[in-house]
Amino acid sequence: MIPASYFFLLSIILFVLGIIAFFVKRDLITQFMAVEIMLNAANLAFIALAKSHRFVDAQVIVFFIITVAAAEAAIGLAIILLIFRQKKSIKTEEISSMKG
Amino acid sequence: MAIFLFFLLSTVCVGAVLGMILSKNQAYSALFLVLAFVCLGGLFGLLGAPFMAVVQIIIYAGAIMVLFIFVIMMINLREGISREKKKWTIALSVVLALVLLLELVLAAKGASLGQSPEGSVSPKEIGQLLFTKYLYPFEITSVLIIAALVGAIVLVKKREKE
Repeated sequence: MIPASYFFLLSIILFVLGIIAFFVKRDLITQFMAVEIMLNAANLAFIALAKSHRFVDAQVIVFFIITVAAAEAAIGLAIILLIFRQKKSIKTEEISSMKG
Repeated sequence: MAIFLFFLLSTVCVGAVLGMILSKNQAYSALFLVLAFVCLGGLFGLLGAPFMAVVQIIIYAGAIMVLFIFVIMMINLREGISREKKKWTIALSVVLALVLLLELVLAAKGASLGQSPEGSVSPKEIGQLLFTKYLYPFEITSVLIIAALVGAIVLVKKREKE
């Protein structure tokens, strides 16, 4: 049987990789993908705990996370498309009109 | 067998995420991410959650990533996206991420991880929970999705000239 700690470690590694991707990448779409990776790392931790504690509710919560992520992706990509139409660019350093 | 499958899937998953970080083309990044999500679906299956595995593959690797690739094709950047030019920002972010990694590992060490019993959760159990204990969140989520749908359409729709 695979120990739950292995899954936990994998989830931690994925989360940290997501954070690195978020900071290293310079365009909105890839940064958005990095956020999805972090969400998935959280999902993995939830399901690992659902297994190790025999806690089915965690899987329901993951179901909700996936649904909310789908809604978030639709809205986020619409906003990215809007930004691209206005600025002709999705690089983060060129989107600075809100910068003080 | 299970442990072999776990190491195979987790290696491919981490490799795919690394490939997503290193590739300069957004479309390749998205495809690497599809691979990572499929591997995660396999891991969910290993964890005795066949329903979540299927949902992961259908919704994440299917629907959400198709949306991403669709937007990438619509945006169609001429030149590739360059990575951060300032080297010190990359170094700083990696250092911060490593600190977070250490922190999370230390936090996870203290957690009680349980015994991981055998057996999987059937879709029936999830459905029962979803329509009894989590009925209100379920309904609220449907409202949320409608709102997101309408919001996305209104945002992207081209304004008609008056």
